[in-house]
Amino acid sequence: MTDSRPIHSVVLVKQVPDTHNVTGDVMTKDGTMNRGALPAIFNPEDLNALEMALQIRADHGGSVTVITMGPPKAANILRDSLFRGADRVVLLTDRKFAGADTLATSYVLQLAVEKLGRFDLVLCGRQAIDGDTAQVGPQTAEKLGIPQITYVESIVEITSTHITAERALDSGSEIVRCTLPCLLTVVGSANTPRPASVRRQMERKLAAAPSDYKAIRAKWPEFETDEALEAFLSKHDLKIPVWTAEDIGATEGSIGLAGSPTQVHKINFVVLESTESKTVPPTPEGIAAMVAELVHEYIVG
Amino acid sequence: MAATKSIWVFIEHTNDHIADVSLELTGKARELADQLGYEVVGLLCGRAVDDLAQQVIHHGADRVLLADHEELSLYRTLPYARVAIAEAQRRKPEIFLVGGTPNGRDFAPRVASALRCGLTADCTDLQIGDYHVRKEDKTYKDLLYQIRPAFGGNLIATIVNPNTRPQMATVREGVMRKLAADATRTGVVEKIVPAFEPGDFALEVLSRQVRKSTVKLKDATVIVAGGAGVDGADEFALLRDLANLLGGEVGASRAAVDAGLIDRAHQVGQTGTTVRPRLYIAAGISGAIQHRAGMDQSSKIIAINTDPAAPMFQIAHYRIVGDVGEVLPMIIKSLRERSIDQREAE
Repeated sequence: MTDSRPIHSVVLVKQVPDTHNVTGDVMTKDGTMNRGALPAIFNPEDLNALEMALQIRADHGGSVTVITMGPPKAANILRDSLFRGADRVVLLTDRKFAGADTLATSYVLQLAVEKLGRFDLVLCGRQAIDGDTAQVGPQTAEKLGIPQITYVESIVEITSTHITAERALDSGSEIVRCTLPCLLTVVGSANTPRPASVRRQMERKLAAAPSDYKAIRAKWPEFETDEALEAFLSKHDLKIPVWTAEDIGATEGSIGLAGSPTQVHKINFVVLESTESKTVPPTPEGIAAMVAELVHEYIVG
Repeated sequence: MAATKSIWVFIEHTNDHIADVSLELTGKARELADQLGYEVVGLLCGRAVDDLAQQVIHHGADRVLLADHEELSLYRTLPYARVAIAEAQRRKPEIFLVGGTPNGRDFAPRVASALRCGLTADCTDLQIGDYHVRKEDKTYKDLLYQIRPAFGGNLIATIVNPNTRPQMATVREGVMRKLAADATRTGVVEKIVPAFEPGDFALEVLSRQVRKSTVKLKDATVIVAGGAGVDGADEFALLRDLANLLGGEVGASRAAVDAGLIDRAHQVGQTGTTVRPRLYIAAGISGAIQHRAGMDQSSKIIAINTDPAAPMFQIAHYRIVGDVGEVLPMIIKSLRERSIDQREAE
């Protein structure tokens, strides 16, 4: 460990609708979406990225900063990050960010990472489950002008100048060595994210962005004004900083809907085609009849 | 010829073998280009890959841009992206298609970010059409419709990039069909000289292990696939038994892969493999559209699920409302009895 130094990591995370657990009631009868039926969760592979950053900090020292772009309620996953061990979090929220595609998102993340100052590694999950595009990581790396290692399964070594990592590919794996700083996208099999620590949860449960103040004051009426609450939070290092488009110096034409080259031309609700179909009773006789039919049609046998 | 509009395809290859998806996209590009009067261009980076250039032409390309350089012998993001970005800036393709492989998905966003153009991942269909913007009272002609499931698969979105070029999209292997190779097709192989910058070599590949995939989902005639409704490894083993009995392969939904029941190589669907077997048995798969997009062209579909409202039932030819752990053994037993009957009859 002679050629080692503290490593400062920035983890990019996203709050996503839990599309993995879509049930029948998400779609209403008139073909619209019942978004309320989908809970908002911490994007699973972003948790793997956070875990990797925390392990790097344990091995090398340094810091872990977590940032997210999203609506005010995305502060939930930042609080969760603090409970799991992040040193610092920043919420990027602004109505002007809304409607961003991956290109406009990566521009905002680039500006935010640059505003944070010095960093050695940027980590994010391979992809978010709401779009599965896996684009924001590489696009952010390009905008930051740093190399990228996608599909990181494990870290082999980090020196003061280089990182060596294993990439998990469909067709095998690859060990690559890359200069720092660089961006990593982390796959779900890389590690098992640690749970929130009870101690941290006790210490930082009040961590809040301004959009949370109302809820906190409803629960703790002793904070008579937002100002009083904010003074308390600032004093105890519990204030979640919020950065707007202006704070990061974003050009309006490059963010949100206006900064997104992709546009939605149309949305079709999924209409399932009803084919010629049979209901087969789950009985030995029913199954045998079906098998006989398949054999007869030369589908099997 | 220089003024001809073009559709580009990123040609991926390993060990002197072009990835199927690159040839499939060359075929799709040919179809779109014929519709529009454009040229199909394959972008081929590598070392001593002249033979591959001819294959790309035989599969439908008019032209291959060939960057032959020692630094391009293995795929690496920055050197490959450098070539693509420089050539795209100079030649301004209308459309740029990239295979949805791990490296294709590493490459495409890097290039799109530098070109500041739109990129749509994992399209399940590509078409040409017009796009009217009421606010501008303007119609954009002949855009690439990039069609993909969205919002957890409850919707199908058609994405367009009206103002930026190229219009970039990634497509998974198996979604498009490649043209049969035609050795009489001719085209231009144009050598291009990469202009690298020192920073392009920030990353070196120390070792690469290629695991020969033993999973042959794409060509399987029978697939027995399991999802969240399969209860644990023991029940999943029933799928293997049935697949073996039928001479087929085991497939899986993403839920089964995420639950660790089976390797990701077996995943069927928009983000897995697209299959068209003669028989697809969906055991405990609810049927999210991402999954259906990868298997709904199967000739016969048997769905087994305890939930009668599972979407998979709506595209199935045989609907069995029941528990996977009970129904699969019945199918296995029935098949075994038939083969015994047959032997006795012979």
